[in-house]
Amino acid sequence: MVSICSNNLQPSTFSLKTLYLLFVSLLMLPVTSLASDDGYGYPIPGSYEATILGTPASLIPEFPGKTSTRQLVLDVIPKRLKPPVFFYDEGLRCTLAYQEKKAPLVFLIAGSGASNNSTKILTMMKALHQAGFHVITLPSPTNANFIISASQSRIPGDMVEDANDMYRAMEAAWIKVAGDIEVSTFHLCGYSLGGSQAAFIAKLDEERQVFNFKKVLMINPPVSIYSSAARIEDLLKQIPGGGKKQGIFFNKMLSRFSEFYRYGNFVAINDDFLYSIYTEKLFSREETAGLIGLTYRINLAGMIFSSDVMTNSGYVVPKNRVLSTTDSLFDYFLVSTHLSFFDYFNEYFFPHFQKERPGLTRQALIDSMSLKSIEEYLKSSAKFGVMTNENDFILTRDELDYLRKLFGERAKIYPRGGHLGNLEYKDNLAYMVAFFK
Amino acid sequence: MMTGNMACRIIIFLMLLLSLNGCALTWSNTQSEVPARHSINEFRDQSFAEVFDPWEGFNRTMYQFNFYFDKYLFIPVVDGYEFITPTFIQKRVSGFFNNLGEVRNLTNSLFQLKGTESITTLGRFATNSTIGLGGLFDPATTFGLKQQYQDFGKTLGYWGVESGPYLVLPLFGPSSLRDAGGLAIDTGIRYGIYTAVDPFGNTDNGFSIASGITGMEAVDMRHLQSFRYFESGYPFEYYMVRFINHQKREIEAGKLPPDKFQ
Repeated sequence: MVSICSNNLQPSTFSLKTLYLLFVSLLMLPVTSLASDDGYGYPIPGSYEATILGTPASLIPEFPGKTSTRQLVLDVIPKRLKPPVFFYDEGLRCTLAYQEKKAPLVFLIAGSGASNNSTKILTMMKALHQAGFHVITLPSPTNANFIISASQSRIPGDMVEDANDMYRAMEAAWIKVAGDIEVSTFHLCGYSLGGSQAAFIAKLDEERQVFNFKKVLMINPPVSIYSSAARIEDLLKQIPGGGKKQGIFFNKMLSRFSEFYRYGNFVAINDDFLYSIYTEKLFSREETAGLIGLTYRINLAGMIFSSDVMTNSGYVVPKNRVLSTTDSLFDYFLVSTHLSFFDYFNEYFFPHFQKERPGLTRQALIDSMSLKSIEEYLKSSAKFGVMTNENDFILTRDELDYLRKLFGERAKIYPRGGHLGNLEYKDNLAYMVAFFK
Repeated sequence: MMTGNMACRIIIFLMLLLSLNGCALTWSNTQSEVPARHSINEFRDQSFAEVFDPWEGFNRTMYQFNFYFDKYLFIPVVDGYEFITPTFIQKRVSGFFNNLGEVRNLTNSLFQLKGTESITTLGRFATNSTIGLGGLFDPATTFGLKQQYQDFGKTLGYWGVESGPYLVLPLFGPSSLRDAGGLAIDTGIRYGIYTAVDPFGNTDNGFSIASGITGMEAVDMRHLQSFRYFESGYPFEYYMVRFINHQKREIEAGKLPPDKFQ
């Protein structure tokens, strides 16, 4: 497109040419040539960059067949009271992708903060549906919809309680569709936080035996929720002033982003533009890390605010205040985004469970939020598999080794991809599908 | 007209629904407020993702109106359309309206005195209207004539008009005072051209045909837009949508963010 800023002729004609060449060379370049000689074609080496950019569109497989889907809105907790500010929440939202014939069903659990309709989960859904599976996608227990409509305590984060809530939701979903589809076996899969949750849900299923999951795949799971959250929080420490100055950081990044567009001659803010931000190295490594940390905080803010409103705890919203549908929530947005995972844990989450379970120590709660707490079970069952990356920054070296040791051959570890960056890459999707075959 | 009447009734119904909203819910609290543990005063940082929005109450009501309008009318109609029409036809319909949109692109690239762009757009319109069978197909893109989206809001932005307060329009959604004005001008120009050309002048049902086409265009517009109000579940969705829309317009209209962002 002819530049909107053609009044700045000199810089823009210069960068027009360079950028044009850059685009052409990038888009035309067979991406395999970028790959190292490890035979793995996912092109982005950096952990942070991969996490932000995900998979280039040309490397996401196409799903030519029509995916027959149906939206489910579940009344998981009957007679749940919902405040006016959440008037739009009519129940837990799940998506069913169905086959016309008898087939295995995979439950997919979204990563932290994500809904049943997030881009990643929909790609996974299509890949599995195309391969002949029924699929039901579920939001993360940390997603506001889940907190409002499906969480008994309305305070997400405890692995055992969340597993109970999720199990109840899955049962409700199954009851809703059981008359319409034929299912041969049940499988379970989750990514990021949803991956670890899948392990706890599978353990619960051994007692409850409603689904008798045959296979369970954990994609880029944290080993310890606390340690992984701490590592994400560390990303924000790399920006000047840390998390408490993220507003300044955000605005600085935004103006650089706008200027880059202004002088760069782009058609629109689209994938090409974003990709060239990466190739032109618009943001340093520290800044990229900061952006991931900030995105995480924006996500976490939704969880903190929803939980606080639902419990009337007076954490970010004054206790007993009833927010109307037209009240401004902007101050709550700013306050919630400035709270860290540690703030949530120490001031809100831990005190709640301490009250519920007298004698509970902080360390005991942290330990219970780790795969290590159900290690014996995970070791004893052949149904588990894990898929993650060598450079997923939410894991320490020790934690990655732990997964390797725990799952042996059933741990598929890709050389790169950061945290979930390669989830939509064709090899990864193929591995996921083959795992359930 | 029957359909117009129906639409009016539905809108009145939705308005009623909105006004009843407050009392329909059972969540209430009569106890006195206690200050929250964390408040805005404790943070020494810049505000971010902020947009000038003095009419937030009104805008939130409109946002809600659009949610209900989508839910009870727009989306069911779009779903019905998608269900009965083969994808091939859907694409031709989109192509047809997209081609009509070239008139708006052209007038505005002319208003911005963009020579090359105007010629490209004119070339596209001529090509697609003829060998593209009135826009049903898009051979122009294959010939290297890329579409260059323009509207009067962008023209105003180009000539330095500030976006003004954020505004959520009924049916059209997120906008600004400037862009809403731009939309009115674009619509006016289009109506002027339509009256001058008077394509259905020799039929008795000119008005019905024109209304039908406008209705179809609205359905096509919603069909192409995957956004659904409140679908993210994110409690601050309103701010994210506001920020992204505003910033995208600002950036694409070639203006830098205001000084306070630097």
